[in-house]
This record gives sequence, C-alpha cells and structure tokens, in this order.
Amino acid sequence: MIELSGIQRVFQVGNEQVHALQDIDLRIEPAEYLSVMGPSGSGKSTLLNILGLLDRPTAGTYVLDGVPTTQLKERDQAEVRSRKIGFVFQFFHLVPRLTAAENIELPLIFAGIAPRERRERVTLALSAFRIEDRAHHRPDQLSGGQRQRVAIARATIMEPAVLLADEPTGNLDRISGSDVIRILEGLNAKGLILVVVTHDVDLGKRARRTLRMVDGRIDQDSGRPRIERRARTWPV
Amino acid sequence: MNVKDILRFSLKSLASAGLRTRLLLLAVAISVSAVVMLTTVGESARSYVLGEFAQLGTHLLIVLPGRNETTGGPPPMMGETARDLTLEDALALTRSYAVRRVAPLTVGNAPVSFGGREREITILGSTAEMFEVRHLAMSMGQFLPPGDPERAEALVVLGSKVEQELFAGTRALGQWVRINDWRFRVIGVLADKGESLGADIDDTVFIPVASAQSLFDSFGLFRILAQARSRDDIQKAKEDIREILRARHDGEEDVTVITQDAVLATFDRILTALTLAIAGIAAISLAVAGVLIMNVMLVSVVQRTAEIGLLKAIGASPRQILKLFLAEAIMLSLIGAAIGLILAFGLTWIFGWVFSAFPVTIPSWGIIAAATTALVAGLIFGIMPARRAAKLDPVQALSRR
Repeated sequence: MIELSGIQRVFQVGNEQVHALQDIDLRIEPAEYLSVMGPSGSGKSTLLNILGLLDRPTAGTYVLDGVPTTQLKERDQAEVRSRKIGFVFQFFHLVPRLTAAENIELPLIFAGIAPRERRERVTLALSAFRIEDRAHHRPDQLSGGQRQRVAIARATIMEPAVLLADEPTGNLDRISGSDVIRILEGLNAKGLILVVVTHDVDLGKRARRTLRMVDGRIDQDSGRPRIERRARTWPV
Repeated sequence: MNVKDILRFSLKSLASAGLRTRLLLLAVAISVSAVVMLTTVGESARSYVLGEFAQLGTHLLIVLPGRNETTGGPPPMMGETARDLTLEDALALTRSYAVRRVAPLTVGNAPVSFGGREREITILGSTAEMFEVRHLAMSMGQFLPPGDPERAEALVVLGSKVEQELFAGTRALGQWVRINDWRFRVIGVLADKGESLGADIDDTVFIPVASAQSLFDSFGLFRILAQARSRDDIQKAKEDIREILRARHDGEEDVTVITQDAVLATFDRILTALTLAIAGIAAISLAVAGVLIMNVMLVSVVQRTAEIGLLKAIGASPRQILKLFLAEAIMLSLIGAAIGLILAFGLTWIFGWVFSAFPVTIPSWGIIAAATTALVAGLIFGIMPARRAAKLDPVQALSRR
C-alpha cells in the first residue's frame, strides 16, 4: 500500500529551480496495476524514483505499507528498497561481469541471506522465468528479452510488495516486449503492485489505472475502475 | 553479506579489470619487492658481521694495555702503553671465578725458514689455552702443550698456509724450522680457518709465549684473551679483571677490557639502524603505490557509476558499498604484495647464486612488514574512493545511459 501526500521535488539547476514534482497526492492499493504516462520532463521518472526510494522528496510524505519513509536514514531506506521494492529498467542494468544466476543472487547477498538458501531461491527463479539454460551466461551472451527476464527475476527475488518498471520494453523487439509484459502482468496477478512508466500508449492502456502527468502534476488519474463502476451503478 | 561474498565480488571485479589495474599491481609489486630486497641485504650483512664476530670465540673478553675508552668498535692496533701487561698479570686473572680460561698473546714478525724456503711471517706467542679460547682446530698433530707458561720451549704450530708454502707436500710434523736464528720443532698444523675480520690465522705460526718473549726480547703482552665461564658471568669477569689488574698495577687503571658482547651489541645496533633506514626509504615507494591505488580506484568508481546506482537500487546500503570497494583496494594491494614477494624471492635466489660468498636470507620480519604495509596502504588509500562510491546519488548514477 502506497500513500504519497503533498510530494514536492525541486531540483537546483544552476540558478534556477526546477519543480519536477508538485503537490502529488497518490494512493495505490495492493495488487494495483498502474501506468504513468506523459511527455518528457513531466516528472514521471522522478515520480518513479521517489516511489523507489532512490530519491528524497523536497516536501511531503511517503508511507509504504504503513512505514513512513521520508525521514529514514539512507541505511534504513536501503533496507526498505531491499525488501519491498523491485526495479526493472529500460537498459536492464545487469552487472556485466556476473552471470545471470549471479545477477539474480545479488539482492539476496545484500539482504544477508545464507548461501544455501540463496542457491535454492535462484534456481527456482531461473526456472520460473525460463532461463535455466542461460544461468551461467553473462549478459553480453544473452538476448534483450533474456536480459530483461534476468532483470525481472532479480527484481522479484526478494518477493517485494512493489514492482517499478521504467520503460521495460523500450529496448526490446515486439515479441520479447510482449513476453516481458506478460510476465510482469502475471506477477501483478499474484498480488504485486505494478507501476509502469512508459511512452508507449498501447502499453499504458493495458493497465487498469492510468496516470497522466504534465509539468510535474498528475493531470489525469483514471482512478480505481472497480470503485468507479460501483459509483456508476448506484441507483440514482 | 559475509566475508566470502565480499571477497568473491572483489576478485571478480579485479579479474575483469583492464590494463590500468595490472599496471597498478606492477607498481605495488615493485615497491614491496624493493622493501623486502633491501631489508634482506641489510639483514644479511648484519648476520654476516655478527657471525664473523661471534666466531672469534665464546664469551670472550679482550684485555688491552693502555686506557682508551673504546666502547665497542675494533680494538686499536697500537695501545698507548702506560704499563706493560705481563705474563704474571695474565696468570693472575685465573683467580677470578668468573673467568674460565686465560690466554696471553704476543705478536711479532720474523723470517721463518725451512729447507731452502724463507718468508717473513707473523709470529704469535701464546699458551695451550688459546686453542679453546679462539675455537681453533688442528689438521695435523697437536697445539701448544699445557704446562708452565713461563717455560720457553722450542715448539711451533704452523698455520695452514704457512705449512703449504714452506713444506709443499713434505711431511711437516717433527721437522725443525728456523725462526730468526732459533730452531723450533713443528708439533702441529692448524686447520683452515679462513680470514676473519682482517686477521688471517692461516698465515701465522704459534709458539709458546715465553719463547716469543725471548725471541723478540720483549716482555709486554699484546693482548690477554679471556673466556668467561658463562654468558651471565661476562660482566663479573670484566669487573674482576679490572680489579685484579688495578691492584697489580699500583692502583692505576691502565688497561682496557673489551667484551665481545659489547662489540657485538654495538655492531648489531648500527646495522639494525642501517637496515631500518634503507627499508624506510624503500617504504616511501609503497606510499607512492598507495597513491596509485587511490587513483585507480577513483577512476573505477567513476566508470562503475551505473553499477553502483544499480546496487543501491537493489538494496545495498552505503556501508555495504563501502565495504565492497574497500575490499577491492585491499585485494589489489595484497595481490600486488604477493607478486612483489615472489619477485623478491626470485631475485634473492639469483643474487645468492651469483654471489655465493655472501649468504643472503630473507628475514621473516621483512616479509611481514612489507605485506602489512601493503595492506595498510590499501586500506588508507582505498577508503576515500570507497566513501565516494557509498555516497553516490543513485538517481544520477542510473540516469546516465
């Protein structure tokens, strides 16, 4: 469960102040599937960074699963990132000198999980995402689709509550792209909050809820469809 | 994240590192190797000198006529003779319980001849005790016989070189040689002793001290050598000797007593200080290597910005990132140090092979010092880049494509 209240993010660029985010109020329920769209500079990446605790808002509060995160020290934020948040990037961001299995293992290492349990969980993940035969290959030996699958496996190995995807299909061909989307939506069906930032309108439409951002504000929020529908069928 | 994980991660990073890192390893290797080599040379020189000195005898005290405050350093060749040391003085020293043996010594030059051959040779006058005091060994026959030291007998013990030159193949024992105008019978030949601190025993002959006194018509002793009963008795022996001789010399303190110990200690101090000094200078090169480590690590942090951002995104705390990068710096220094040690071992071996006369051993403290310094350098010079990495802003880091 995500609650953003009064979030502001101001950047100092030279002499000017850039208001990347202004007065963001957002509430995301468990298992929601949310897409964030908007022109360049609308603040959608910044919003994602704030949601992922990679960036600290200049003002406002962010409560994640009941835990207020804005005042947390870096060390504690790192722990929240480790346990509750998974990231999927456009350019994969796999560590080039590690194999697929080792990349997937990384979050477990930082979380202090014991080696034997790590091995078990990685093996499960490799088969769940159908990349067992690529386990000992390095990223430069994998196709784009395979790399993104490794990235998704890595992002979900700690069983987070939220999966944040920044243009997840941006670097993929159509087929791999739809494969990845299918996987992400499958994870969402299992209860993960899925937030996808994208330029691709077709991809954005797939989400049950769409946010449109303009100039750092949420311009449109299609809301929670189920509740909306309920409101519509209420007898007048 | 346990130690094994950190090590694996660091080693993987280093394994895939490029030319810059390898050059850095070379730099560390060279400095470590230099430190180890220089301490080896210094340490070997020290053992050599101390070894030679120790060979002179055990628990040795040397009494010289004349009062020169020589605290350590080689005994003066000519003492300023206030009063002669006499044979009776030497014999009186045996009264001390702390003194085990006393050997008087006179020195003179005279022509020694046998058959048609003649040579000017250093004649040493002493007693049977000299054999034990100076750790001499015989190759043939026996040394000067024990007995009344004040009796002059016509016996001579030849040094090995003298024997070769005068007798060249003929049996020396029992033969009569001429020293000046007197005849002496050969009763023994010394085994090769080799040159020791400038004195070549092989090139001398020993005759009874009383005979030497008559031969050279001089009754003053050159030196008295005394052997203390044990290491703990050396100091007591020294005091006793001074006491006895002062009493015998009408209350005058006109002798100098040098202990082999004191000389050894002084040499030890000097050479140790020298070794540490040159090692210290070599260690400066390690500081330079440390700066290089810092440089390479800083560049590495910049190059791996995206990776660091990613690590933070997947939950690495700043402290964990610091540990990872610090571990890399330390691993770099340790591996460089290991290469340097192998290099040092190799060069030392070659050196030992080429200069076989000068024994070289690598002191273990030198190895430990070099390795520790490398480790500390890695730590000190790695901390700054590691902190940089830990403080990296993940958003900036990840936004760079």
